[in-house]
Amino acid sequence: MYKYNDFDAAFVRERVAQFRGQVARRIDGSLTEDEFKPLRLMNGLYLQLHAYMLRVAVPYGTLNSRQMRQLAMIADRWDKGYGHFTTRQNIQYNWPELRDVPDILDALADVEMHAIQTSGNTIRNVTADHFAGAAADEIADPRPYAELLRQWSTDHPEFQFLPRKFKIAVTGAEADRAVIRAHDIGLQLVRNDAGDIGFRVLVGGGLGRTPMIGKVLTDFLPVADLLPYCEAIVSVYNLLGRRDNKYKARIKITVHENGIDQIRALVDERFARIRAAFSGIDQALLAEIQTAFAPPAFKTAQTDGYEAARLANPAFRSWSDTNLTAHMADGYAIVSVSIKKHGATPGDATSDQMRALADIAETYGHDELRISHEQNVILPHVHQSDLPAVYAALRAADLATANIGLASDIIACPGMDYCALATARSIPIAQQIATRFDELKLEHEVGPLKIKISGCINACGHHHVGHIGILGLDRAGVENYQITLGGDGSEDAAIGERAGPGFSADEIIPAIERLVLGYLDLREDASETFLQAYRRLGAGPFKAVLYPDKEGARDAA
Amino acid sequence: MPKAFTPKVITANALLEGDAVWLTADDRWSRDIAEAELLTDEAHAELRLLEASARQSEIAGAYLADAQEGEAGPEPVHFREAFRTRGPSNYPHGKQTRA
Repeated sequence: MYKYNDFDAAFVRERVAQFRGQVARRIDGSLTEDEFKPLRLMNGLYLQLHAYMLRVAVPYGTLNSRQMRQLAMIADRWDKGYGHFTTRQNIQYNWPELRDVPDILDALADVEMHAIQTSGNTIRNVTADHFAGAAADEIADPRPYAELLRQWSTDHPEFQFLPRKFKIAVTGAEADRAVIRAHDIGLQLVRNDAGDIGFRVLVGGGLGRTPMIGKVLTDFLPVADLLPYCEAIVSVYNLLGRRDNKYKARIKITVHENGIDQIRALVDERFARIRAAFSGIDQALLAEIQTAFAPPAFKTAQTDGYEAARLANPAFRSWSDTNLTAHMADGYAIVSVSIKKHGATPGDATSDQMRALADIAETYGHDELRISHEQNVILPHVHQSDLPAVYAALRAADLATANIGLASDIIACPGMDYCALATARSIPIAQQIATRFDELKLEHEVGPLKIKISGCINACGHHHVGHIGILGLDRAGVENYQITLGGDGSEDAAIGERAGPGFSADEIIPAIERLVLGYLDLREDASETFLQAYRRLGAGPFKAVLYPDKEGARDAA
Repeated sequence: MPKAFTPKVITANALLEGDAVWLTADDRWSRDIAEAELLTDEAHAELRLLEASARQSEIAGAYLADAQEGEAGPEPVHFREAFRTRGPSNYPHGKQTRA
């Protein structure tokens, strides 16, 4: 794991000290809210419906057990005993008091963490494939590049006041688990014909009000050119991006309005001009960073016990069928720990659960944890012989739900239960859908299904790329939920299509149930997933089950 | 034609905790909307908002929210404002604990 050097440590501490002074001046009245707001946002502090909210970055989703324990300590000492994992690999505390925030930031600095640039019109937390460094299908670990980008982008003097926020995601595999096509810059490690590693660079993806799939800027960028090329992209955007209209300010609009060819020409021109300024110090830094991401010392052991436990314990078998992914090392597995127990708040972990996860990672997982954008926690390196013990420990912490990738593994933003921007609630809808599918005992039969819920048009819940997306709106003073179908956040990314009129809070759960039961009737056989069936049949038959009383929908079918 | 003025209350977040608060007729910030001053005159409401916004060391983000007269005092009209009087629906972590 990356260790802060002296510069990193001093920089983060200095930032906390500055913010401590700013908070003191806000409390004694010498700063107004208008003056203080940009300062607090630079440090991840929001003011929400009922309280402040502190968003802490988990860079590229990677944590060690010590950091996870500190997150638990913070939850107990300064919050209400839990934290919320977000769709961009952050953790949010929903109840900090203003006076305590500098102490929280110091406690984060103690374990090499911070909340810098988790808000504001800057380059945000750089996210990565949550299976990075473990996945069997990976070309190379994307995290060293993500760390290099983090260091480059943090407090970058040119990029503190961009037209709008800017999000970068990196993946090392063809299978896209980091939603790179819905990011301002998406980076995918690829190998060229000569066998060299480089990046396919996508630009202009994003969700929100105007969802767009990222476009390829270059199919192969040599690794050594990463920083100057990204700097060229962001500086072109910084000049060209619109500042006259907040809703047209993201780079996706810049790319859309100017065309990808024009953007490419401008980026190439800028790149040629600044390339020489990167004298090689970035590559020296990268080499140093890479040593910190060396794979752990994988062990060899018999896996008979694992097979025997699978035969003996149906609950363990079900969990291991659903929550494990192939690992690059022999005898190892990647464990996805569901933070989506049926009826619970998606992405919320109690401090006890955080400590249990830290203990398990320390004992059985080479001390590594990941936060996924799907709001689950990953144990990236677990030997199969340890899986029965890991499962038992997860069960004891109420973390053994076997639903990864299924209907109840729902992404949901905080919605109007917390968020000041929300137009409707998300959490109760997610809770009710998961509870309903648990009652039906059907989700394993239904198979892979991604339901994603956002409580406003900004789409933090990624509803546009849900196989079933749900968008909560305010329709004449009543919560109303719109359904989109056929979205996909993977390497075959697609924006979901709106199914038709929205549903009330009472109608939305039965509507989702109709849709999923309808799919079971429509699919060719059990191997055809919801998304495949949708792609084969089109929207018509799905709309027909969603709106059974509408003649138009029947006709469309 | 401009929309007719509907009754309002002044609400904000308390500076230290961020908790929802409402301005009372005797210039206190109450945690209970029922204690709020119900503003039925537009000019008076705008004036009260100016006064409230000036109290920077007590609150942040003061605004006028639609409200109606209830049995115990002003009540929210919109569901967003109703949630602010209660707290989140997934845990009893907000004002509902004091009810």
